[in-house]
Amino acid sequence: MEAKIEVRHLTKRFGPITAVNDVTFAVGRGEVLGFLGPNGAGKSTTMKMITGFLAPTRGTAVICGLDMIDQPLEAKRHVGYLPEGAPGYPDMTPSGFLAFVARIRGFDGAEAKRRIALAVERTTLASVLEQPIETLSKGFKRRVGLAQALLHDPEVLILDEPTDGLDPNQKHEVRNLITTLAPEKAIVISTHILEEVDAVCSRAIVIAGGRVLIDDTPGRFAARSRLHNSVRLMLADPAIDARTALLRLPGVVAVEPIEDGEGRAFLVVPQEGRAIIAEVTDLVRTAGWPVAALRVERGRLDDVFRDITAKAA
Amino acid sequence: MRSTFIIFQRELASYFATPLAYIFIVIFLVMAGTFAFFIGNFFNRGQADLQPFFQFHPWLYLVLIPALSMRLWAEERKTGTIELFLTLPISMTQAVLGKFFAAWAFAGIALILTFPFWITVNILGSPDNGVILASYIGSFLMAGAYLAIGGALSALTKSQIIAFVVTAAVCFFFTVSGSSIVLSFVNGWAPQGLLNDLAFFSFLTHFNAIIRGVIDLRDLVFFISVMAFCLFANAVLVDLKKAD
Ligand SMILES: Nc1ncnc2c1ncn2[C@@H]1O[C@H](COP(=O)(O)OP(=O)(O)OP(=O)(O)O)[C@@H](O)[C@H]1O
Ligand SMILES: [Mg+2]
Repeated sequence: MEAKIEVRHLTKRFGPITAVNDVTFAVGRGEVLGFLGPNGAGKSTTMKMITGFLAPTRGTAVICGLDMIDQPLEAKRHVGYLPEGAPGYPDMTPSGFLAFVARIRGFDGAEAKRRIALAVERTTLASVLEQPIETLSKGFKRRVGLAQALLHDPEVLILDEPTDGLDPNQKHEVRNLITTLAPEKAIVISTHILEEVDAVCSRAIVIAGGRVLIDDTPGRFAARSRLHNSVRLMLADPAIDARTALLRLPGVVAVEPIEDGEGRAFLVVPQEGRAIIAEVTDLVRTAGWPVAALRVERGRLDDVFRDITAKAA
Repeated sequence: MRSTFIIFQRELASYFATPLAYIFIVIFLVMAGTFAFFIGNFFNRGQADLQPFFQFHPWLYLVLIPALSMRLWAEERKTGTIELFLTLPISMTQAVLGKFFAAWAFAGIALILTFPFWITVNILGSPDNGVILASYIGSFLMAGAYLAIGGALSALTKSQIIAFVVTAAVCFFFTVSGSSIVLSFVNGWAPQGLLNDLAFFSFLTHFNAIIRGVIDLRDLVFFISVMAFCLFANAVLVDLKKAD
């Protein structure tokens, strides 16, 4: 797989603060990289350096083989960028703004019209095209920003919190859009919504304090959870004390009673890396417990995220 | 070149998207007229020329030009659009020039709209239209120099108000440093060399020479040099301050 984005030892200092510290990764065509991290982790700063807005203190970003420091104009042609907060010229209308971006990216006449129409359709902007951007709602502003980033059909998309402020339908639309575009492009999105990583990303990077802590697939990322492969067991008769028997099973380290929206249940936690579903089902069968629900947990991204970033802090 | 022109068009159109453009032009015309007629004795001098009209341009620009230049970069930084703007495939030179030329063209439009004064003097007498043309060129160049100063200073801050005040203060210095008040104040104790330097950097000295009909290429070169230097500073300052 050929790397469309190569981030090499990117470092950014603001006076005494090191916002980004020696970040290195590569993203290939067809990959969607989820950029995660607590507030102030350095996600936006990294993106600003990849897109050539900020000059790195050290390191560089290479876009489609073009170094952002040596050949900024050529490199920028291959990038579509949605900055954090999706800024737009307040006095302009989306149609005027998109026309400007189209022209400056070198499209004129019918070609520009066609591209604008496609971007407008993809971001469902048609209803607000002639309204000044400053009067648009937050979600529509973001969609204008997205349309602008997609206009030239770039090979590299850098989207800083693309679904922030969108309603659930639009979130879904944007995720579908990203998935549709994914095979042709290298995409980096930053987000605070972990389910989004599951939904659209083929890879996740967690950064905190400017450093990369994890670079893995969302599946393996979730597997780092303490609760990965734990078994959630709900019995039809709450009077049964299953706890002692479950704890005696090989490979089980804890049995935690939980009470949530679905009712009262036990969470049987295995030793790291072990699968215990076979043992649990055997026990349930021999003991003859009436089972209401039984399922294997794959581990929750939020738990892992909290664990990792808390450890780093 | 093409990119500079596209930026120029967007910027120029944005002046007219808000009431600022119209307010600016009306105030400019009204003030220019008021100064010329009431303070400059346009009619009672018994002379057909536009000197009383042009003579107040530095002072008008002092107040009005910062209002044009304050938004050039401060607004981009405040709204965050600078991040979009500077990640487009354009060079810093194109960005700075496109914006500057738009502001300058706007000032030029305001200046052209003063043509009724020119028609009036031509009806009343037979002025030296060569001097008038030179004065218009001089005034336009001076407006460009003020704008270039304002553009560079507007890159320093996110606040348009601060950009306005600082620009007005700096422009005030560049204007009055050659006025008789300052020169006579410094005259008593400063060496002649400093006196000449002060006068040399004054827009008044150069502009007054032009409108008196003394056309010296050096006066034009002075304004062009100020513009070139400030535009260069502008690019450097944008680079330096854009992250904040
Ligand atoms: N211009 C600047 N000057 C000084 N410090 C800055 C500047 N820009 C960012 N920082 C600091 O760099 C760090 C990283 O900021 P960044 O915006 O990249 O975080 P982030 O991961 O995008 O956070 P969030 O999730 O809140 O968007 C923060 O500590 C921030 O305060
Ligand atoms: Mg951010």
